[in-house]
Amino acid sequence: MSTVAVEVVYRGIFQKTLARNIVRSIVFAARKEGKYGTAFGRYGDSPERNGIPAKQFAIVADDAEELEENLAVYEAQEVDVTINVDDTMCKGIESWAWYGLQPINALTKPGGTLIVTSRQDVDSLIEDIHQKDQPYNISTVTSIPSFSGLWVYKDDHTDVRILGALAKVCPQLVSLESMIEAIQDQGWDDLKVRSAERTYDRTTTRPVEPGEGNQEEPFSFDLPGWTTMEEGIVIRGIEQGGGFRGGEEGYQPVRSSVFKKYSTRSMRPIVNFDTCIKCTLCWLQCPDTCFDVTPDGLYDANLESCCGCGVCEAVCPVADCVTMINEAEFNDNNSQYEMWQKDKDDYTQWMTSLIDKQKQVDRTHGFHHVGGYAEQIAEVAED
Amino acid sequence: MTTVEEQLFMTEKEELISGSEAVAIACALADVDVITAYPIRPYDTVMQYVSQLKANGAFDCDFIVAESEHSQFEIVKHASSVGARTFCGSSGVGWFYAFEAIAVTAGLRLPVVAMVGNRALDDPGAFGVEHNDALAVRDLGWMLYWVATAQEALDMALMAWRIAEDSRAFLPMALSCDGSFLTHSQAIVNVPTQEQVNKFLPSYDRGRLQLHPDNPITVAPQVNEDWLMEIRRQSNEAMTRTPGVIKEVYEEFKQVFGRGDPSPFIEEYMMDDDPDIVLMGMGTLALPVRVAIRRMREQGKKVGFVRLKFFRPFATEEVQQALGGAKAVAVVDRDYSFGSPSFGGVLFNEVRAALYPLEKRPHVVNFIAGLGGREVRVRDVEDMVEITQKAIDTGKIEQECNWIGVRE
Repeated sequence: MSTVAVEVVYRGIFQKTLARNIVRSIVFAARKEGKYGTAFGRYGDSPERNGIPAKQFAIVADDAEELEENLAVYEAQEVDVTINVDDTMCKGIESWAWYGLQPINALTKPGGTLIVTSRQDVDSLIEDIHQKDQPYNISTVTSIPSFSGLWVYKDDHTDVRILGALAKVCPQLVSLESMIEAIQDQGWDDLKVRSAERTYDRTTTRPVEPGEGNQEEPFSFDLPGWTTMEEGIVIRGIEQGGGFRGGEEGYQPVRSSVFKKYSTRSMRPIVNFDTCIKCTLCWLQCPDTCFDVTPDGLYDANLESCCGCGVCEAVCPVADCVTMINEAEFNDNNSQYEMWQKDKDDYTQWMTSLIDKQKQVDRTHGFHHVGGYAEQIAEVAED
Repeated sequence: MTTVEEQLFMTEKEELISGSEAVAIACALADVDVITAYPIRPYDTVMQYVSQLKANGAFDCDFIVAESEHSQFEIVKHASSVGARTFCGSSGVGWFYAFEAIAVTAGLRLPVVAMVGNRALDDPGAFGVEHNDALAVRDLGWMLYWVATAQEALDMALMAWRIAEDSRAFLPMALSCDGSFLTHSQAIVNVPTQEQVNKFLPSYDRGRLQLHPDNPITVAPQVNEDWLMEIRRQSNEAMTRTPGVIKEVYEEFKQVFGRGDPSPFIEEYMMDDDPDIVLMGMGTLALPVRVAIRRMREQGKKVGFVRLKFFRPFATEEVQQALGGAKAVAVVDRDYSFGSPSFGGVLFNEVRAALYPLEKRPHVVNFIAGLGGREVRVRDVEDMVEITQKAIDTGKIEQECNWIGVRE
């Protein structure tokens, strides 16, 4: 008797097809070895929201009855392998239903493996990942996050590369041979087979010791019971008002104490306070009211409520005044305005280096400025 | 100077009115704020009388003729959430067309009061009474009352707002009135004074749940599996509290208006000597059944009748007490439930389930009768009793569900 469970943690919509390809291929491959399996998405994640962390599962067992035993628990409580297809989610995940922050390795079994697609080195990933009491392993597949849309799929081989890595780190699931057969069965070409094989060869794991990683307590809150929640399906509004971080000047909207947006974003805005012309557009257009108005009339993105959509960057009329930066570059949610006030030169240097670095890499989603889409279409047409 | 309204309901007086007119007068007396309408027979008689009363200055309200039943119920749902006293209603498939709005009204705990002019469901198009329209909402959190007389229609309508708008309940309530027999026949009704009604019926206060700019709340968000069960559990608790509220309100009504039965939930007829056979039914059916019982009593047959008034909340204990001593119970359904246990009616299966925990259970025999407004004759009732007697005599129910007065 052996059952192997795999979860794929992905960004809703952007990576839905990717996650689906992975979990389905796992079941197809297991079938080649006479095993039984099931693949499904977490129902509560649907309808998916752009970029909001979601999960799909593949569960494989030796026979149908054993599979049924494991399906009695709809959502796996423990998995042999966690696959994270966007490294910014190493900071933890929040589904759109807001259960609080779940560590990326929450379901990973003792001795199990976490596979992450990333260009960061393993040590800097572990810095973000919440520590566990039990040892587990981590393995990376070198890649930028593969994002596409609901109706289009960017076939950059991320799916098969992960399948190759999976066969390596979890041989009890399926062999590489079966995995390749499953890839071929789906009509995918030889190039994809080679990608899977090559990743299999290159994949290594690094053990993570108990207690190693991010020491923070993941943000959590208690759901109310039927005797303590409001009647009539009513959610009470939050009392409004209050100055900038409790002061008289400036304005900070009061926000829900439980609906945070730490890990819904894969990018975050960074603000150049020196070039800001106080036009109010970012503050006005932000769909999440995430900007606090500072005492001197500047706009500071509050990173507990920013979902990383990039609208502020798109509407900002000043070049590089608001820039979306890969979330992986940050280890905290501190106020940029306070950093800037403390040491303006330091801040400028830090900000400039991040902006320069961002310009070198492809962004996962959204456009830098209004009209960016039209420009990109023209570029593609020329190619 | 007295207003027209005060002149109209200054003194208690008798009127010759239909059940629908009685409900319309209750709307005026209760000073309902928002009334929505969309015509469908037999409910449409209410909207005719309401608009007449408003036009004559008997009371003021927003009287909105919607473009469909769905909108009609949506409008009162929203009006109720901002604190307006509301009334609307429908019949047959019209009630079904509003079903989405009807479901959420109960889910949101909004005390809308509606009248269902009971009508057969299409197809075939038919105007006569069947109870399937109103019964369809039995599981959703609506209180359901079956009215037998025009007087009861007026009285119960006044109580309906008081019960539904009680913050312990905050649940919608439907008054089921048999099409034709109640909605279209006139009877002598005692119309109370405005002063009496004002004494009995306080204004609707939604309190902290009121949707208002000064009370910022979100109502009805999208939730997942981690919230829904608590919400349903809460609604169940509210429904569990309603029998207490109903008893309280009923007692007070009797004090202020000087009329009413011993129980708000059931009406017992010739039940004092623990009869062997008890008939049970809802609505205007009571009339032929009572007449038949009187005749059979003359022949020495020990027969009684229990009219169930509140279908929801279902008064389990009262029903057990009333029926538990009988040898056999004959449940008369003016409805059907195709494919249900024993292929019987809705009321039959509910009553049978309520009696199941009793140590000594009576036989329960079911009769489907009077569908589509067909008359339930005294002779039909006598047939039912005869069939039920046979079950007592033989100790065996030959056929659990019997269709009565149907051509073969």
